[in-house]
Amino acid sequence: MTATVDKGRPAGFKARWAAMPKQVRWAALAALIVLLYILPNKWFYEYLGFPIGSEYFALYTTRSDFAGVLFDTAVFVLLAVGLNVVVGFAGLLDLGYFGFYALGAYTVALLTSPESRLGTEWPWLAAVPIAVMVAMISGVILGGPTLRLRGDYLAIVTLGFAEMIRLYAARSEGIAQGQRGIPGIPHPPGSGSDGKPLFGVVDARPYYWLLLTLILLVIVLVRNLANSRVGRAWVATREDEDAAEVMGVPTFKYKLWAFAIGAAVAGLTGAVFAGKQTFINSDQFVLESSILVLAAVILGGVGNIKGAIVGGAITWYLPEWLRGVGELLGVEFDAAEYRILIFGLVVIVMMIFRPQGIVPNRRRAAEFADRRQEAVPQEKVSSE
Amino acid sequence: MNFDELLGNFPALTITGLEQGAIYALVALGYTLVYGVLRLINFAHSEVFMVGTFTAFWTWEALGYDQNSAAPALGPLILALAAGLIVAGVASAATAVTVELVAYRPLRRRNAPPLAFLITAIGASFVLAESFGIGTSRAPFGMPTLLPSETLFTVFGAAVTNIQLLILGVTLVMMVGLDQFVNRSRLGRGIRAVAQDPDTAALMGVNKNRVILLVFVLGGLMAGVAALLWNVRYEFTKFNVGFLIGLKAFAAAVLGGIGNLRGALLGGLLLGVVENYAAGLFGGEWKDFTGFVLLIVLLMFRPTGLLGESLGRARA
Repeated sequence: MTATVDKGRPAGFKARWAAMPKQVRWAALAALIVLLYILPNKWFYEYLGFPIGSEYFALYTTRSDFAGVLFDTAVFVLLAVGLNVVVGFAGLLDLGYFGFYALGAYTVALLTSPESRLGTEWPWLAAVPIAVMVAMISGVILGGPTLRLRGDYLAIVTLGFAEMIRLYAARSEGIAQGQRGIPGIPHPPGSGSDGKPLFGVVDARPYYWLLLTLILLVIVLVRNLANSRVGRAWVATREDEDAAEVMGVPTFKYKLWAFAIGAAVAGLTGAVFAGKQTFINSDQFVLESSILVLAAVILGGVGNIKGAIVGGAITWYLPEWLRGVGELLGVEFDAAEYRILIFGLVVIVMMIFRPQGIVPNRRRAAEFADRRQEAVPQEKVSSE
Repeated sequence: MNFDELLGNFPALTITGLEQGAIYALVALGYTLVYGVLRLINFAHSEVFMVGTFTAFWTWEALGYDQNSAAPALGPLILALAAGLIVAGVASAATAVTVELVAYRPLRRRNAPPLAFLITAIGASFVLAESFGIGTSRAPFGMPTLLPSETLFTVFGAAVTNIQLLILGVTLVMMVGLDQFVNRSRLGRGIRAVAQDPDTAALMGVNKNRVILLVFVLGGLMAGVAALLWNVRYEFTKFNVGFLIGLKAFAAAVLGGIGNLRGALLGGLLLGVVENYAAGLFGGEWKDFTGFVLLIVLLMFRPTGLLGESLGRARA
């Protein structure tokens, strides 16, 4: 059907992709996933002929540990995929997404660390489901009263929530142990064939692979949700809540679901982060990160999982890579320092000229175009 | 729980609360005005306040006051305060207007969905905060003590200082002035008309865009006054000073009923007082929580706020 529509026009990448045989598409996808798995290995670059240690790198970040950067990027991508459920699918603006991430990390820390005041000292793996549950339940508690109201109240309440969690963790000497934080969080379990533990301190690659696997799992789950009855309810609620309600969609229930699922993904990410870091304190959960994740979702394309991935990669990987490139060119330009400023500007410009994002969701783009058309006659009246 | 602390210092906590609440109320007016007319949470308003604190501080520096200079006599003091007030008010209003013209107006022209407005508002807020953060190396700035704190009289054993009196007095004057302006003047009638029904107001010959600009100017002026009072009281500013104030001021606006001018005053004072009681009762680290918890509880039971949402029917 798409072929008949596109006839006569030069087919874009998307149309050509859709027209390819199913086997080819699967093979390409598999190749991409394999590439992502081998990306942090040094031998891969040696094999390709890049001299390691010198500055001639296409992908490698020269200023910081590449596997570490990939791990951080993966954290952002997973958060962006989770936030995309809330902002993109259900159309709810959640500004405190990092709060749930912090909750997940702190739950794992408190349950597992020998230094924690709880004194439970669970293994890491046992604490992860609890962390996900805690994040999800707090999402329900927070969303319960606010999701019944206008969407803009949700934004401010979630913003306050994330900041309050950070402030509490920073100031209270009680359970979160203030700025000293909680050290001694155990790594994930497992040992390699040589008997050494799989997840160590120095090598960030296993954590990256773990996160990559989790990302793939979450994507499959979220994709299926979006294409199911639940996903259709989200779209209906986002486009016109009153109409959806009249048509028999229990909008509040589905909004709460979206909020809770997003929170659970954030909690999971936080749990993995705590397992890698082995030490957390309040400085790791600043508000800027919440905004960066949101910027990632918006840049990539609200409501599109591919967009969330692209956006997450851009917001974290690109500044790190640019640092290396800047050094290569002899320019001392720390892109990470200006990151928030640049993304703020980009977001403003983008909302005006390309609100659908870099990789737009087709339906979202159509919604924006539709509204723009509706605006035309009104504008003629009011500009007189 | 420390009831002795709360009961023993009750009058002092109340007065400190009113003083802090007055600043929240002034900032809250900006949120309420813009929300009443545009149905938009202007996240960038906290940065409008921040710009005010910096410009007032720089004005004082330009006038030759630094942290070590002695407190000036009455004449130069009034001059310094007035200069700071004018500069902060103009700078804050200009910032608010710039955000409206650069960020919001193009979106309105394109009939963007509410989500796009909110995202833009956050973007604008971060651009402002970060450009000041980068420009000032993210350092905190101490200020000259223009008005040394001095106890004037006591109420139930609680000292009332000249600064507290100044803050409460200025807030009340600004509040009454703004209330009269919106309710009595011709321009104020335009604001109320657009708040009530933008399309009908436009048909009746009200220039919608000019009213919106006016609303941003008024909100900016109020934030500028709040910034000056903040400088006099706390003698400190930083690039992210607006964030917490903005959050609390917004909570205050919702508490009183967003879109309602008198509600903003009530909400601000109430929030300030309750916050201080909570600090006395549970300890200082819980202070910032209070506003937030109060906001969530209120949203559960009375989402329209204490006085209801009505800039359009502000007379009632």
